[in-house]
Amino acid sequence: MFNLFLLQLLNGAQFGILLFLVAAGLTLVFGIMDFINLAHGVLYMVGGYVMAMMMGATGNFWLSLAMVLPLTLAVGLVLELLVFRRLYDRSHLDQVLATFGLVLVLSELVRILWGSAPLSVAMPEMLSGSVPLAGPMRYPIYRLAVIGLGLAVALGLWFVIARTRVGMLLRAGAANRSMVSALGTDINRLFMLVFAVGAMLAGFAGAIVSPILSVDPGMGDSILILTFVVIVIGGVGSVKGAFCAALLVGIVDTLGRMFGPIILKSMMDPAAAAQAGRTIAPMLVYILMAAVLFWRPAGLFGRTVAR
Amino acid sequence: MTDVTRTLAPSRPRLAGRLKLALCIFAFMAVVPPVAHALGEPFLIVVATRMMIFAIAALSLDLILGYGAMVSFGHAAYLGFGAYAVAILSRAGVNDLFLQLLAGIAASAVFATVTGAISLRTRGVYFIMITLAFGQMAFFFFVSFSALGGDDGVALTARSTILGMPWLQGAEGMFHTTLALLVLAFAGLYRLTLSRFGRVLTGTRESALRMQAIGFRPFPYQLTAYVIAGCLCSVAGVLLANQAIYVSPAYMSWHRSGEMIVMLVLGGVGSLTGAMGGALLTIALEEGLARFSEHWRLGFGLILVAVALFSPGGLAGLLRRLNLTRDPK
Amino acid sequence: MTDTLLSVQTLSKSYGALKVTQDVSLDVHEGQLHAIIGPNGAGKTTLISQLSGQLRPDSGRVVYAGQDITRLDMAGRVRLGLARSFQLTTLLPSFTVLENVALAVQAREGSSFRFFRPAAAERALNDQAMACLADVSLADRARRLAGSLSHGEKRQLELAVALATRPRLMLLDEPLAGTGHEEAAHLVEMFGRLKNRVTMVLIEHDMDAVFALADRVSVLVYGRIVASGLPSDVRADAKVREAYLGEEAA
Ligand SMILES: Nc1ncnc2c1ncn2[C@@H]1O[C@H](COP(=O)(O)OP(=O)(O)OP(=O)(O)O)[C@@H](O)[C@H]1O
Ligand SMILES: [Mg+2]
Repeated sequence: MFNLFLLQLLNGAQFGILLFLVAAGLTLVFGIMDFINLAHGVLYMVGGYVMAMMMGATGNFWLSLAMVLPLTLAVGLVLELLVFRRLYDRSHLDQVLATFGLVLVLSELVRILWGSAPLSVAMPEMLSGSVPLAGPMRYPIYRLAVIGLGLAVALGLWFVIARTRVGMLLRAGAANRSMVSALGTDINRLFMLVFAVGAMLAGFAGAIVSPILSVDPGMGDSILILTFVVIVIGGVGSVKGAFCAALLVGIVDTLGRMFGPIILKSMMDPAAAAQAGRTIAPMLVYILMAAVLFWRPAGLFGRTVAR
Repeated sequence: MTDVTRTLAPSRPRLAGRLKLALCIFAFMAVVPPVAHALGEPFLIVVATRMMIFAIAALSLDLILGYGAMVSFGHAAYLGFGAYAVAILSRAGVNDLFLQLLAGIAASAVFATVTGAISLRTRGVYFIMITLAFGQMAFFFFVSFSALGGDDGVALTARSTILGMPWLQGAEGMFHTTLALLVLAFAGLYRLTLSRFGRVLTGTRESALRMQAIGFRPFPYQLTAYVIAGCLCSVAGVLLANQAIYVSPAYMSWHRSGEMIVMLVLGGVGSLTGAMGGALLTIALEEGLARFSEHWRLGFGLILVAVALFSPGGLAGLLRRLNLTRDPK
Repeated sequence: MTDTLLSVQTLSKSYGALKVTQDVSLDVHEGQLHAIIGPNGAGKTTLISQLSGQLRPDSGRVVYAGQDITRLDMAGRVRLGLARSFQLTTLLPSFTVLENVALAVQAREGSSFRFFRPAAAERALNDQAMACLADVSLADRARRLAGSLSHGEKRQLELAVALATRPRLMLLDEPLAGTGHEEAAHLVEMFGRLKNRVTMVLIEHDMDAVFALADRVSVLVYGRIVASGLPSDVRADAKVREAYLGEEAA
């Protein structure tokens, strides 16, 4: 039982790390630009597809992964230049309209280019085994690598945000938006940077998850909503909050699906418990979010709204 | 009337224009069945019914989004409550439309009261996100509800009856019932927005601070509007289930919620007629584009992006800029 | 001496390290006009916001008509007769002038959970609103949209809205700022008339107006009351001359 718990805990952490990679850029976009971007999940999907395409062309995992980064960065840049940049000072509604449109456009483009059938990406040889984990249980190396990569990115982000000038601007902007606009000309470049790097991180997440999950046109949707949950729980604009919340959401979701029914079984008859468990488990993170917002309307690390 | 009431004159042309526009929409819809038959294209009646169902849903969203500035991204949940009320009751042998409406409305009222009370503690982006999360919660509830078909949804055996009569069975019965409910919904909301309550709600949209400074606490009014909107949207859900003779969680996916916001923004928020126009336009675009290509979403998405970029305020904004409507703003 | 209507007791508030309100105590007597003056950024608006319930003080008490209202929200205070006009206007721009005032009448008269009858047709609301507009000489603008008014007219409308709540105490935050010479003179004259009906706390930079109207004057500098008393005493106070009036002259 404990082994199973440990296994699921690792799975949850791995899922949480992915959520963090997608959420990191988006929370800054929300926080600094007050911009609702529904198209962020699509970038995660684009990362997956670019990875699948590159793998098809080169067969080399690492080379493909290295190609995903500049390509998704470029997609982010293009979108920022063509669309987002014109919408910063518009209402949330216009932003929803435009980015919802982008979701439709990009998902459909992907369908046209690669079809609707899921694609799979092969794992690199050196990461395809598994390592022993307490007792007879083993854990796939690749998933550990995902956790490691994610933590490395998180560390890198922490360094940028805590130690560099850009990071200082980002922190200032997330805490007080008018402060950033007072900084003058830098701001357009800063916004572009945030968007592009955010897109790259999301694409990176989509790429490294592709050997575990299949790549399909719906993958962006499911992660987008969970990313929102992460951002809101963590507090809009807080990368640290996004990190904590991503792990929390990843673990709660994974453990809930696994152990929810088991716990319920001890309280009611098995059939009902199985049904109730299946019903409640996917709702768990949303209940978590509602609970967090009930106690802290601005999230765990968000600045409280002056009343 | 007295001098004083005449001082409100400037908003009158605006309101009268709105009423006229609404009447035009209703009249246009009313001639669809005969025209469809004359053209030998009876499916147009089905399309028009669908348009009106979504017009009701969009109207309900306009009450909170357009008049109350509460951008709910989980409004499709109420479509689902209406639809599943039909599915559940008809399975239990209750086929009466009114009872199903009542059940859908009751379920929506409960859900809206609880989730609205929590959501209204937040503002701005947080409100959008938390309503989205509650919508997803409802969505996943029905997705995992295997007794009702889960993800695949469930087919109904027949449409509902009205006072024991099978009036909804034919496309025209369905059409006219929907039209009647649409007119009722519009008339009700039109009166509501002009009432004392509507004034307070609109006031909270413009400045919650000001409302408090004259002695109103916005929360009860906002919550009431939120509940009314949810209940009205469930009416659209009941109709939707009846039209499709099929119910699935897809009705309440976040895409649907997004689509409803799209309808509003396309038509223009906070005027009721804009909501109806936007719904008609959206469904027309979807149905029209879908005839050209299975990849119609590409074109639809491009149109949305273009409208957002080049025509702020949607259709209403465009008309205003072309100076076709007079609006004192 | 008349009764104390509003009693502020050792009120304090900080924004981080900045102490915006420091240990402020103040008594406002029924029927009087109590002016609060002080240089820009002294914390006058912040003080008013705490009195009106928009901001919570960190410590201290606000007692109104013998009742501790420190924890009461703004709407609750308004219902007790404590109205406020804002320095930065917060009118409802897409409402007409009349509707702005009528809404304030509606807030105290009858339930607003009425969903069917058009509010614009309620004579009682409109008549009372018109009376308030007439009080501030804005009756001829009743049909205009509030957003389209001139700056001075917006200030007048702010006052009409505050009056429509039937206040016993009005907190006025720089009501003369940005008004023209004529409008200002008119408003000053109106405050003179109102003094008999309503107790007022007035924040104002216009010293002529302050010394013409005030029964008492308090001087706020860096969040502290440095002097308080009769206008003539305050005017003579050396500290005040140095801290504030001197600065005005410079
Ligand atoms: N929300 C806030 N956060 C941080 N500091 C604030 C905030 N609001 C006001 N301040 C600061 O508190 C001080 C007092 O502000 P306040 O507006 O009360 O001054 P005031 O006396 O009304 O000035 P004025 O004469 O310009 O209206 C100022 O230094 C201001 O910058
Ligand atoms: Mg001030």
